[in-house]
Amino acid sequence: MTRTAIKGLLLATSILGTAGFAQAADVTLTVESWRNDDLAIWQEKIIPAFEAKNPGIKVVFAPTAPTEYNAALNAKLDAGSAGDLITCRPFDASLELFKKGHLASLNDLPGMENFSPVAKSAWTTDDGATTFCVPMASVIHGFIYNKDAFDTLGISVPTTEAEFFAALDKIKAEGSYIPMAMGTKDLWEAATMGYQNIGPTYWKGEEGRAALIKGEQKLTDDAWVEPYRVLAKWKDYLGDGFEAQTYPDSQNLFTLGRAAIYPAGSWEIGLFNTQAQFKMGAFPPPVKNAGDTCYISDHNDIGVGLNPKGANPEAAKKFLSFVSSPEFADIYANSLPGFFSLNSTAVKMADPLAQEFVSWREKCKPTIRSTYQILSRGTPNLENETWTESANVINGTDTPEVAGEKLQKGLDSWYKPAK
Amino acid sequence: MSNTPSTHDATGPVIKRPTRWHIVVFLLPAFIVYSAVMILPLVETLRLSLFNTVDGQSTFVGLGNFKVLFGDERWAHDFWNALKNNFIFFVIHMLVQNPMGVALAAMLSLPKLRFASFYRTAIFLPTLLSFVIVGFIWKLILSPIWGVSPFLLDVVGLKSLFSPWLGKPGSALIAVSLISVWQYVGIPMMLIYAALLNIPEEVIEAAECDGVTGWSQFWKIKLPLILPAIGIISILTFVGNFNAFDLIYTVQGALAGPDGSTDILGTLLYRTFFGFQLQLGDRSMGATIATVMFLIILAGVSLYLFVIQRRMRRYQF
Repeated sequence: MTRTAIKGLLLATSILGTAGFAQAADVTLTVESWRNDDLAIWQEKIIPAFEAKNPGIKVVFAPTAPTEYNAALNAKLDAGSAGDLITCRPFDASLELFKKGHLASLNDLPGMENFSPVAKSAWTTDDGATTFCVPMASVIHGFIYNKDAFDTLGISVPTTEAEFFAALDKIKAEGSYIPMAMGTKDLWEAATMGYQNIGPTYWKGEEGRAALIKGEQKLTDDAWVEPYRVLAKWKDYLGDGFEAQTYPDSQNLFTLGRAAIYPAGSWEIGLFNTQAQFKMGAFPPPVKNAGDTCYISDHNDIGVGLNPKGANPEAAKKFLSFVSSPEFADIYANSLPGFFSLNSTAVKMADPLAQEFVSWREKCKPTIRSTYQILSRGTPNLENETWTESANVINGTDTPEVAGEKLQKGLDSWYKPAK
Repeated sequence: MSNTPSTHDATGPVIKRPTRWHIVVFLLPAFIVYSAVMILPLVETLRLSLFNTVDGQSTFVGLGNFKVLFGDERWAHDFWNALKNNFIFFVIHMLVQNPMGVALAAMLSLPKLRFASFYRTAIFLPTLLSFVIVGFIWKLILSPIWGVSPFLLDVVGLKSLFSPWLGKPGSALIAVSLISVWQYVGIPMMLIYAALLNIPEEVIEAAECDGVTGWSQFWKIKLPLILPAIGIISILTFVGNFNAFDLIYTVQGALAGPDGSTDILGTLLYRTFFGFQLQLGDRSMGATIATVMFLIILAGVSLYLFVIQRRMRRYQF
């Protein structure tokens, strides 16, 4: 607590300092954000790049603590004191702001054409008509592996499900590595790194996700139960006592070199690069049969929107166009390896591991986590239930079929798809 | 009835006492503070449980929320599961924590015991620790990867007995309950210890003269004399357990996994009221669960106060 308090104080002084300085300029834009980890990147890289091209506009990046962001932002918006630009949380939190008129429609913003509909899905109304935030960053799921281990054991990178399990068998038989570092104690690991990681391959990404929202598919369908069947097989390859293994345990097992494969999210890259003493590589979720289309979870995480009550809408729009440009994508993605730009223009990443992750976008079809849009608005909450059931399937508490049934039953109790 | 005026007359003119304002003045600060921080929120919670949001407006729905909680299959399942787990949590405390507290206190009060004050402090110390620390320590001790417990079991050749207790639906609740017992066993120990010290020497001496010593002295003399203290401890345990939340939250997370096997009323209330992850908070249903918890605790305390405590025999020295 004290540390955050001190951070807050330091932050406040730096912001006040820059704000005072910026007053000399013609127009000042303030960016509301929860990403206070990114403060240095904004101040040293992003803002100077923008200001150099747009003389007369000053930008101030004013982050709040992540846990306080939603509440603080709402209060500021209601009081009319919020900044010109607002960093958008994905899905319902931002949709709520748009409905209240706190975010402007950005359909006609120059630069929006640089984003695919999937990239925009987190900040688009349910009917798909209006987009209200510029997508900024996403995280990609896949598997990070210990290259040294693969080399010594003579395993090549698996591309199909059969090869994947063959590789796991080989690692297990050899015995010096835990085949896969994952635990079910924290529940979300099983759901996010497990189910949402390999799932899109089976439900065909966006196709299946859209059909689920429309009510054309059910979680009891084979496409949605199949990933659970595969997850159930993972059980034999996890470490001893994986039932009580937490997320930090898994991270440490892998970075200490005790496990060979880590079901990952790209946000791990930064940390793993600093901690792991061995070479790492990554591969996308294996497909069922060689030659099948691969699907990846490219989950939207951060966007930026326009406060319609801001003082300088024109300058703010210029900034948003900058955010949607390939130049911004390049700066952002390379400063924060693991948080990928959602821009359709491919960004060349300096970090090889991050480059590997982002290269999948060219050959695989992206989708977002199936439970995030619309389907988690009611009680019981589908995302939370998916956590519990994914862990249950791996623990063997529930069979894949039972898990699918439970999830669908919970969803049916409140969700009536629009006909 | 006709007598009344005459008796009144018999006492003579009523002496008009000055109103004793100071009583009101002295009570007022405590009354205001207590009302503001305890009574008002409680009443507000009870009120909120009768309201729900209908079409964006807070509307009076009577007992509608309770109907949902007990009538809706999913809600009822979560609620009864939490109540059952909470009950098991309480039973484990009653069966392990309190007898252990009594036993420890009895041993501490043995006059021949050396280092008594050291043991007393050591056993009481966990109670003073934050539940965050306790939760973290025990998660590490029981960790199958870095934990000291699999290592120690391995040393004595009993590694096969180890299993990831916190991660298995069958054992997680027992494990968490025992962690809680470990933390709080100092409280019954201290209360019983104080009660044991309060037993006058003469009673013990008299018992010894009658030939009641050792175990039978404990069962026949000391235990009856400390029963009221045990009663108080039981009710404290009951209230504490049905309000419990913190340790489960730190050890098992808000979803109280695996498979909801450690979900108690406190964690259910937290998830419902504040929301969790993508689940948005539902204040009305949260207040409804809080109200039910209040009623359960009220019922338990009343049962104790009006039925058990009245029958308990007290001894005056």
